[in-house]
Amino acid sequence: MITWRSLFKRFLSDPVAIGAGIVLLLLVLMAVFAPLLAPQNPYDLMQIDIMDSELPPSWKDDGDARFLLGTDAQGRGVLSTIMYGTGISLLIGIGAVVVQAILGVTLGLIAGYKGGWIDAFLMRLADIQMSLSTLMIAIIVLAIFQAAFDANVYADYAIVMLIVIIGVAEWPKFARTVRSSVLGEKNKEYVDAARVIGLPARKVMWGHILPNTLTPVLVISTIQVAEAIMTEAALSFLGLGMPVDRPSLGSLIRSGFEFVFSGQYWITLYPALVLIALVLALNLLGDWMRDVLNPKLRRGDD
Amino acid sequence: MHILAFLIRRAVQAVIVMFVISLIGFSIQDNLGDPLRELVGQSVSEAERQELRDQLGLNDPFLTQYIRFLGNAVQGDLGTSYFFKRPALDVIMDKFPATFELVIGAVVIFLSLSIPAGIYCAIHRNSWITRIIMTGSIIGISVPVFLTAIFMVWLFGVELGWLPAFGRGDTVTLPWGWDTGFLTLDGLKHLILPSVTLSSIMLPLFIRLIRAEMMETMGTDYVRFARAKGLRTARVRYVHAFRNTLLPVVTVGGLMIGTLIAYTILTETVFQWPGMGFLFLEAVNRTDTPLIIAYIIVVGLIFVVVNTIVDFVYTLINPMVKLPGAKS
Repeated sequence: MITWRSLFKRFLSDPVAIGAGIVLLLLVLMAVFAPLLAPQNPYDLMQIDIMDSELPPSWKDDGDARFLLGTDAQGRGVLSTIMYGTGISLLIGIGAVVVQAILGVTLGLIAGYKGGWIDAFLMRLADIQMSLSTLMIAIIVLAIFQAAFDANVYADYAIVMLIVIIGVAEWPKFARTVRSSVLGEKNKEYVDAARVIGLPARKVMWGHILPNTLTPVLVISTIQVAEAIMTEAALSFLGLGMPVDRPSLGSLIRSGFEFVFSGQYWITLYPALVLIALVLALNLLGDWMRDVLNPKLRRGDD
Repeated sequence: MHILAFLIRRAVQAVIVMFVISLIGFSIQDNLGDPLRELVGQSVSEAERQELRDQLGLNDPFLTQYIRFLGNAVQGDLGTSYFFKRPALDVIMDKFPATFELVIGAVVIFLSLSIPAGIYCAIHRNSWITRIIMTGSIIGISVPVFLTAIFMVWLFGVELGWLPAFGRGDTVTLPWGWDTGFLTLDGLKHLILPSVTLSSIMLPLFIRLIRAEMMETMGTDYVRFARAKGLRTARVRYVHAFRNTLLPVVTVGGLMIGTLIAYTILTETVFQWPGMGFLFLEAVNRTDTPLIIAYIIVVGLIFVVVNTIVDFVYTLINPMVKLPGAKS
């Protein structure tokens, strides 16, 4: 078993992990304090002037000192929209993984502890759902919703929809991980002891077995957040995710996409770099954690 | 006999999955949009509308309507596209060759790169080339496919102007009605950027998978035994070890067909590749319900067929797996 202190020590001895940690911390702080740090509020129509549209970054000849990274087609500062957009991407990524973890841990615990037909049924369902691919499920479900609802209604519920869809589509990963840990723990003496003294199954599962299965849950959570952010970005890029007036990083890239080839590269380039940095930092940290905490888990065999 | 039992079992499973997909397709048709408005517009009186609804069977009970939908679907009739005014299935099948050739291009590229790279990384674990490949693969996983696509269009299509970045170029129609871009130089040139982009997202996943599986087989008893027998290293590696690495690669490859189809939608959107994915997004924007349903059913069918074939191939090439339902 690894203690938090030894974990921290190993973290400090790995330059890649430190680098990824710092980048992630900076991006999270930037997103959380966006209302204080951002030069403009891109949601406040009073602060946006269409006359400022498509200005290049401030170090270019026609740049404007107010807009460090230039402006988009609606006159919003790219730096400000990135700060707010990173927050929305993180919110959806973390929210979706919370949904995945709650669903997956509960179902995995039940499948592993109860066994029998419940286990067989849940794992078969997990197999089918995994092979359908989250992105494909999300594209089809969101396409139907978008066709069924008015654009304004859709925009209001976009965040909730994305969290729920990405959350529900990915529960099997957590369920499988928890289930296999439960199978390893279930026949140990402390579980027998808890059962013998007459604790109900619910208490044995949640109070005794669950705490010993949380390490792998922690490991996959980080990588799952990265994947959820990527999925959300892809959906928003297709126009099935966040609307343009409440943009995530993916919708920012979409709104700048048509301008790339006419020279206004900055509308797309900077959100794209932030998205890559965010996902890469999460992936590197997840890989590092997996190597340290659980060398047996591998990526690619899921 | 065993293989026959297995085939029947898989066929039943496939039918169940297709049944569920058709149910989803039908409930979309039932709830999305008003087919009457698409047919007659606003100028028709309410009484005439009711009469037309009766004629078209739109007032029938759910089950009757569903059975009719299923009956038509089995005969290849998935409704008429609102936009194209043609049978939805025909519209989709016209675009199928473009998507199929894009996927084939990508598969050829990522298999021919990931197999040697994966084997190399498994054998030379600590060489600096391995470290570069593995670092590159984690960066590759972290770059969304639509960003790779935009970058490719910008660099090779716009800045350098080396390759065409939009559309399919010249195609040749084969005798059975299949439009192919493989037979013209222009068609092949157009294929390069989209298929490289599509392969770039699968490549890192496959390198990691092949490396991990190869490392595992290299440590098994039969590989050690082959080596102890004095077989040549190359033979042990490429014949004994690599062959067994292929099994999980086939399975995972089959499971990734859903992901691959999703990525074709992204790739086709950026490159304006006239395939099924691009068509689907257009259909969504136009609320062309029959076309949306037809796409879901065609993609579901592809998915089921590929998964069944992969399962079958897996059981055929793996000596350790007995067909489910077979008695020893």
